[in-house]
Amino acid sequence: MSETVTYPGARRPDRFRTVSASGIDIAVYEWGDEGARPLMLAHGGFDFAGTFDVFAPMLADGGWRVVAWDHRGHGDSQHAALYSWDADVRDAVAVFDSVTRDPMPVVGHSKGGALMLQLAEAAPHRLSMLVNIDGMPSPRPHPDIASHERTKLMRNELAGWLDFRRAAGDSERKPGTLDDLARRRARMNPRLSHEWLRYLVTIGAREDGDGWRWKIDPKLRMGGFGPWRNSWSIERLAGLGVPMLGMLGLVPEQMGWGTVPEELDPYLPPGGRLVAFEDTGHFVHIERPEEVARLTLEFLS
Amino acid sequence: MIRLRHGAIHLALHELKDGHGRALLLLHGLGEQSPSTLPEQFASWPGPVHALDFTGHGSSTVPAGGGYSAETLMGDADAAIEHLGEVTIFGRGLGAYISLLVAGARPEEVRGAILADGPGMAGGGSSPASPAIHVVDPDAVVPPDPWALIELTRDPRPPDYAATFLRQAVMFSGLDDPVLVTAVGRPPWLDAVLAEPGVRSVSLAEALAICASV
Repeated sequence: MSETVTYPGARRPDRFRTVSASGIDIAVYEWGDEGARPLMLAHGGFDFAGTFDVFAPMLADGGWRVVAWDHRGHGDSQHAALYSWDADVRDAVAVFDSVTRDPMPVVGHSKGGALMLQLAEAAPHRLSMLVNIDGMPSPRPHPDIASHERTKLMRNELAGWLDFRRAAGDSERKPGTLDDLARRRARMNPRLSHEWLRYLVTIGAREDGDGWRWKIDPKLRMGGFGPWRNSWSIERLAGLGVPMLGMLGLVPEQMGWGTVPEELDPYLPPGGRLVAFEDTGHFVHIERPEEVARLTLEFLS
Repeated sequence: MIRLRHGAIHLALHELKDGHGRALLLLHGLGEQSPSTLPEQFASWPGPVHALDFTGHGSSTVPAGGGYSAETLMGDADAAIEHLGEVTIFGRGLGAYISLLVAGARPEEVRGAILADGPGMAGGGSSPASPAIHVVDPDAVVPPDPWALIELTRDPRPPDYAATFLRQAVMFSGLDDPVLVTAVGRPPWLDAVLAEPGVRSVSLAEALAICASV
């Protein structure tokens, strides 16, 4: 029988359902009173809604119906053949549609925050307020390296990406014990405790006969490349037409963009506010859940 | 028809002409599919000729829920290269852009990429258009996938990004003419590619002769 792992303050959602987003089944989770005002919560890349198990209940206890979902290919949502930010935004809209067509406040972390900036431009009538937790890419151009060096780097990146896709057809996530998976995840989450990561394994992974496996689609790969520029995302921040609270963790880490507050100053929308957390990494709401929940609830009120 | 695997997608690769030696791989334009017989202009190609249906097109899988990018389609072309080995590529429109990308990403396997006019050549232009939320009835999806038609006419193709792939091809292919352009249309990405050393504008007959002699 599988081990039950608990974590102080973590609470599984009160409700679970599935939404079909243009044919892809998206897993949707809710905390709090169903009749309360809705608040949407968007997770980051390679995360899943269960990473909100401490943060979301705090918002629910503050009087909100908190709705989160697993992005396609993540957590319990269906693995798709194709992945893109545009598709993620469309999937999000399908979840929004399942709650209300009225504008709602939205909280997004990391990639989830950047996706919500895109949604705010594409469908401004669906958002009433935005809390962006370390999801504001740095507008800084890439570090200065000689162009022949860049060409070599790119060559390896391109070949690596294509080689991965050649092999990805039948690939499976590597099985391991609960502790193995927690330790593997620590490479992405070096600042989060082993106890927390063990707890996440029991939600974001499944137990097969030969061990635990992360549920995330093995065809998804970290990094990658494409024509996208961070400046294109961050210009959306400047155009935001709803009240915005931004939060930044000041300790740079792998999963973050390393954005510093001064860089964002020229891009803050009118009335937009930025809070920076010292001694905190990219997962601000996991490292400092009480503070982030308090600031969020104050802002929303 | 040969079935190839690219992630969860089953791609259709059509053999239009058999033969020995290096294959010519045809990549269709956006919304098109592979020709069913060998087009006359390729009859002179000394080796076999194959044509690939991109994801969501022709006899390839139409996936649920879209999520297309030019980079994913480059992976489609790479699946054909994995099967065929060294190839010369001829691409129309969208297929021309994909030919450029894969010529840069697989410079040793792609022995010449020929870029021709066709649907989907410009993509979404040099920078993103205002984002939009599109809706497609999932029950009414038939090839060509409407998501492909929507998303691959909106994907940004910055000129300097395209030029990077040309430079990869020039630097690592060892060819004098890794990329040849027969297209007369000049979207900004192609203009930038043509401004680089190592790329020429030629007729199709010349392009095929140059690639065949490599």
